[in-house]
Amino acid sequence: MKTIIHIVKKEFRQFRRDPKMFGIILIAPIMQLLFFGYAATLDVNTVHTMVYDRDNTETSRNFIRDFSGSGFFAIDYVAKNENEINEQIDKGNILICISIPREFEKRIERRETAPVQFIINGSDGNTANIAAGYAGVIAANFSKNIAADILGRQGKKVLPTGQITPEARVWYNPLMKTRFFMVPGIVAMLLSIITMLLTSLAVVKEKEIGTLEQLIVTPIKSYQLILGKLIPFAILGFVSVILVIAGMRVIFGIEVRGSIIFLLGNSFLFILSTLGLGLFISTISKTQQQAMMIAIFGVLMPMIYLSGFTFPIENMPESIQIISYFIPLRYFMTIIRGVVLKGTGFAELWGETFMLGGMGLAILLLASMRFRKKLE
Amino acid sequence: MSGNAIEVKNLTKKFGKFVSVDSINFSVKQGEIFGFLGANGAGKSTTIRMLCGILEPTSGDAFVAGYSVKTEPDSIKRNIGYMSQRFSLYDDLSIEENIEFFGGVYGLEGKKLIERKDWVLESAQLTGKETTLTGLLPGGIKQRLALGVAVIHQPPIVFLDEPTSGVDPISRRSFWELIHILSGEGCTVVVTTHYLEEAEYCGNIILMDAGKIVAEGTSSALKAQYIQHPVFEIETDSPVELMEKIEKAPFTVEISLFGNKMHLAAQDTFSTVSEIGSALEKFGAKNILRIDRIVPTLEDVFIALVDKKGK
Ligand SMILES: Nc1ncnc2c1ncn2[C@@H]1O[C@H](COP(=O)(O)OP(=O)(O)OP(=O)(O)O)[C@@H](O)[C@H]1O
Ligand SMILES: [Mg+2]
Repeated sequence: MKTIIHIVKKEFRQFRRDPKMFGIILIAPIMQLLFFGYAATLDVNTVHTMVYDRDNTETSRNFIRDFSGSGFFAIDYVAKNENEINEQIDKGNILICISIPREFEKRIERRETAPVQFIINGSDGNTANIAAGYAGVIAANFSKNIAADILGRQGKKVLPTGQITPEARVWYNPLMKTRFFMVPGIVAMLLSIITMLLTSLAVVKEKEIGTLEQLIVTPIKSYQLILGKLIPFAILGFVSVILVIAGMRVIFGIEVRGSIIFLLGNSFLFILSTLGLGLFISTISKTQQQAMMIAIFGVLMPMIYLSGFTFPIENMPESIQIISYFIPLRYFMTIIRGVVLKGTGFAELWGETFMLGGMGLAILLLASMRFRKKLE
Repeated sequence: MSGNAIEVKNLTKKFGKFVSVDSINFSVKQGEIFGFLGANGAGKSTTIRMLCGILEPTSGDAFVAGYSVKTEPDSIKRNIGYMSQRFSLYDDLSIEENIEFFGGVYGLEGKKLIERKDWVLESAQLTGKETTLTGLLPGGIKQRLALGVAVIHQPPIVFLDEPTSGVDPISRRSFWELIHILSGEGCTVVVTTHYLEEAEYCGNIILMDAGKIVAEGTSSALKAQYIQHPVFEIETDSPVELMEKIEKAPFTVEISLFGNKMHLAAQDTFSTVSEIGSALEKFGAKNILRIDRIVPTLEDVFIALVDKKGK
């Protein structure tokens, strides 16, 4: 036990002198939080819009006002002819053009269908979809209102007919902000980076400079060496998790709805697997550079893609979905999003918790055995 | 335990098909300074690493402090100190932190740790510089510190793998003084080196070549055994030319080049400088600047041995 403490102490003394480590541990969490929180958001906040109003009547202007008043559409351009529409779309200045034909008002008064054209730049499919969705909602509301208006003018009441109006309400993330979805995932990513990448680097570094050989000649047992090397990174991992959770609250106002203890417990189960992977990487790499490459491109990136961090797993081809069941991060991602956004706990997430714990133990054990064998 | 600190029996190490250490046998007496000599790749480090329990032998066995390297490597680890060929301390820890870490790992604590820490600092002449980063120390002092740390737990046997390579001559001298102090305290020291002249500081030595032991004994015994002829040092402007010229001369037994000097082992009839001088002149050797009769060095022994094998 004392031996392990000596190694842990030594490890922390080394961190203190390594500005690189310090950067990764303290700066990276904040950077990632800001990056994913602000920059990499997939939401459409402002839709740059052009209007081409050939009707130019009170009704058409009302229609446009509904758009500018929505908060999503910014009317940046008013077209004078059709060529301008193409021009601005090609330049990428606008995402959508609302084109209102002549006789818009007249048709409405005649109670005919009044077509309106939305020309959308679909080069960014995701954004285009969202914009089209917003526009559709605004148009639908507009026509509902005129219908009510006309009926009202005729002295009729709008009858609550048996019409079904679906009013989708998104729970957990009411504003559909990607941020809410991404930020909890950052906790998982950071934990992976710190526990896996840094562990493998720290071990390989000793191999590189030759001190590992020196340690082998001391009476240190291999399990002591493994624990002594892993514990510091587990601690650092937890420090950064707490930093991110605090940052999540302070910067974005996202609170953990579920139990923080449950979350930390699962973080522990999760890092069993990442520490194991880090140890494993250290047994197959000769240099720190090699370890870094393997950790980032061989393990971290595929793990992140397959975990549902950026792309939903349901949209992946089936064969890849099957692979994702073997990725511990997948379970942790589900758990962390569940706990942070929905407030779920062990009752709902026990399956994931067991998978995570089982895989963690298995990976760590196998890696330790391999590490031990390599030492002797 | 018998009088021998180390007994090596048919120790062999293969890496794949390559035989790095080829069935060697030797023993090291308690308290002696035992030298391990040989060119690059001779198998010195491999042998030492097997003796320390880092590498498992392919076949054969060795007993270090009475324990088998095959079956009791853990017991060996408690009885030895080891300084690997590469630098073996943490550059990013202070001197004191390095000492405390290794001391702690060897189970030293409290008063004992302080006592040994003071000893290490003193022997490396670093008292008062405890908080200096180890990486900032000059090579020679670093090596002394590494040696101190390697024996912090006062092991009966210590293995030093090329402790003086890349260290300036003065530091090498003081390093060897430290080795002699250890030996005086009863510690058995096994040391490898490239510098053949350092073998003169050792008791018994072993000469290794391509995984085999080619000679062993004390330095003077080796010289007496392998160099039975008078040796002359000849200084010349054109050594290669001269060497080719007199290689097959009747008075030449052995000839080897050391920069612009050459060592000539001559037939016994030529025992003085003037005798060999006139013989050379008669043979038509030119451009000779100086001739001296010298006491043969281990280098001569080594070259004689490796040469013989080549023939
Ligand atoms: N792990 C290994 N795998 C394969 N070959 C090895 C390994 N370790 C050593 N060798 C080979 O064994 C031979 C002996 O190496 P060793 O390091 O023992 O030599 P040495 O006498 O210590 O040389 P040097 O003076 O350069 O340190 C070398 O040819 C080396 O390439
Ligand atoms: Mg060597």
